[in-house]
Amino acid sequence: MSDGGGMVDGGGRPERVGVRKTYKLFIGGKFPRSESGRSYPVQNSNVALASRKDVRDAVLAARAAVKGWSGTTAYNRGQILYRVAEMLEGRRDQFVGLGVPAAEVDEAIDRWVWYAGWSDKITQVYGNANPVAGPYFNLSAPEPTGVVGVLAPAEPALLGLVSVVAPAIVTGNTVVVLVADTSPLPAITLSEVLATSDLPGGVVNLLTGRPTETGSWLAGHMDVNALDLTGVTDPEFGTELERAAAGNLKRVLRPPTGPVDWAADPGTGRMTAFLETKTVWHPKGI
Amino acid sequence: MFEYAPAPESRSVVDLKPSYGLFIGGDFVEPGDGGSFKSINPASEEVLAEVAEAGPGDVDRAVRAARRAYDEVWGPMSGRDRAKYLFRIARIVQERARELAVLESLDNGKPIRESRDVDIPLVAAHFFYYAGWADKLGHAGFGPDPRPLGVAGQVIPWNFPLLMLAWKIAPALATGNTVVLKPAETTPLTALLFAEICQQADLPPGVVNIVTGAGATGQALVEHDGVAKVAFTGSTDVGRQIARSVAGTRKKLTLELGGKAANIVFDDAPVDQAVEGIVNGIFFNQGHVCCAGSRLLVQESVYDEVLVALKRRMAQLRLGDPLDKNTDIGAINSAAQLDRIRTLTEIGSAEGAERWSPPCELPDRGFWFAPTIFTGVSQTHRIARDEIFGPVLSVLTFRTPAEAVEKANNTPYGLSAGIWTDKGSRILWMADRLRAGVVWANTFNKFDPTSPFGGFKESGYGREGGRQGLEAYLDV
Repeated sequence: MSDGGGMVDGGGRPERVGVRKTYKLFIGGKFPRSESGRSYPVQNSNVALASRKDVRDAVLAARAAVKGWSGTTAYNRGQILYRVAEMLEGRRDQFVGLGVPAAEVDEAIDRWVWYAGWSDKITQVYGNANPVAGPYFNLSAPEPTGVVGVLAPAEPALLGLVSVVAPAIVTGNTVVVLVADTSPLPAITLSEVLATSDLPGGVVNLLTGRPTETGSWLAGHMDVNALDLTGVTDPEFGTELERAAAGNLKRVLRPPTGPVDWAADPGTGRMTAFLETKTVWHPKGI
Repeated sequence: MFEYAPAPESRSVVDLKPSYGLFIGGDFVEPGDGGSFKSINPASEEVLAEVAEAGPGDVDRAVRAARRAYDEVWGPMSGRDRAKYLFRIARIVQERARELAVLESLDNGKPIRESRDVDIPLVAAHFFYYAGWADKLGHAGFGPDPRPLGVAGQVIPWNFPLLMLAWKIAPALATGNTVVLKPAETTPLTALLFAEICQQADLPPGVVNIVTGAGATGQALVEHDGVAKVAFTGSTDVGRQIARSVAGTRKKLTLELGGKAANIVFDDAPVDQAVEGIVNGIFFNQGHVCCAGSRLLVQESVYDEVLVALKRRMAQLRLGDPLDKNTDIGAINSAAQLDRIRTLTEIGSAEGAERWSPPCELPDRGFWFAPTIFTGVSQTHRIARDEIFGPVLSVLTFRTPAEAVEKANNTPYGLSAGIWTDKGSRILWMADRLRAGVVWANTFNKFDPTSPFGGFKESGYGREGGRQGLEAYLDV
């Protein structure tokens, strides 16, 4: 990746000056800078340092997207997740260039494909008719819980992020993700993938910066319905966030107790953690 | 309306002891560091029995007994054998149904018609239903070999004392956990009778432990280190405190909290059926129901018609002796609850809503509140926002289905909702959009052990009942 410096190459032509990328947040399908104007250096680039206001804006965008996204047919949601896999496949080399191991990129692509297939199956697997003792018919089916706040794991930067975002959104939730501060570049690049994958704006919002600073605003936000603490490594910080989440009784997915094998079969637990069961009754008769 | 002759159910079937100890390790024991309190009949204020109040040391004893039973007996036992104990309990509940119903009505104040025909049959049904799961857990959809968690600490409310006990204990035992349960301080007696049923079923000592007491006892239980799972049914405020107190621990938590359900009546609904549903939705169990349909949303075009029919129906409700088989509305559970209902209804009047109750004579003794409706209620009124937990209905109107959805969802709660319309496609459209864990269409307040129950939003998390109800007690 040469971005040159005005040097002259062997053929006597001036070497081309590269276009450097400015790394921004991903909120509501757009790429704003942090409203705070702050940034921090990562690998010779400056990455946006999200603020409390950015968290609020992201929650607003996520909330606005819930109705449309949860109302989309499961078939359509599956298609869009599969489209993410297609776009990611096309940008494989870009992630490798950022230092993501090729095997991890492949696994991340395959993870989108795995979750894409769940969109129209989770209701069948986790819902059912109930044999009520009386002249009634009722049906229990899972539904998205709403806006999910996610503290993403730092490692593996791409696969870890995909593994927490895809299961939350495939069922119709929208997410606000606080990206770990140590390795934000794959996340920002993923947001470019998401922005070109027919995913409606606001379904996924990615905030770079310091989760230790913004986490409590997300955990205490009254318009967030659930909190995924997978990326939290400091138990005290996790407890503080879990307490804050009790304010509006958010569903909390606690931090893992030990190392996570992100390459293993993910199972369904990450999807069901952010689902509600709704049971609808009706009398039977003539 | 003609007069009914009194038809009281006999109390003689209940053999009340003057005092009760704690049920720990299979025996009734005296509290070590606790005191005692009295349980009264809310319909007459008569003292029914003296009950032990468990201190932190007693709670610790109970948790240890439960842990020992988990490690040595209940955990290692095959699901097949656990099932047989649960089936035994279900059968004994059926055999002693009348005794349980009378005691429930005495201690709680609910009409015998409800304890006899709703509560106790559902208690037996829950034990039957979950008994059958005990040896089939690998087929429940949580993996081939889901594991129990250990000791479950369970705190239940006073509105359905024995039914809430069954909702908590049946799935916990079926999945291989042992339990320490704290019943509400105003309604501990049927839980203590249930302890005798456990003895009668020869349930191994320590599998079920009952610690009676008030909030401090519940807190000691919830915060005990030996508890692996906390299940709570009660107010949203207490639920929040519990969520805070288990933060940072590995205790699994399920909460079944308050509600402010909308009961939505469209202009094509059969009015008589809808009115029956409205009455059942809010006046069942004196409105002491977390999923009560306490906000009536009537489509403007049928408002007058529905209100006339509703008032006519309300005038036929019989309030009085809970043990009388003709009684529709029994006593308010406690003086404190009566105060809360009075305070909130006074605020309703002060905020400008119009109050109406049918002509209704209240008994001199005990805690009573006449069935009441408020009309002219707006969404900002406290009677439209706060859970009153009493026989008080707030009536609002709407014009379009979209407005009905908007108003129904305009609450931090999300437990239940009702829809009354003849149009099937509208039912399904509404059911999709209502943010509530249970949606009753053309019916209300129906419960069944096979059917998951629980809330969205601030009505809590987790489900009780059904296959989904097993998850709360499994390591998944």
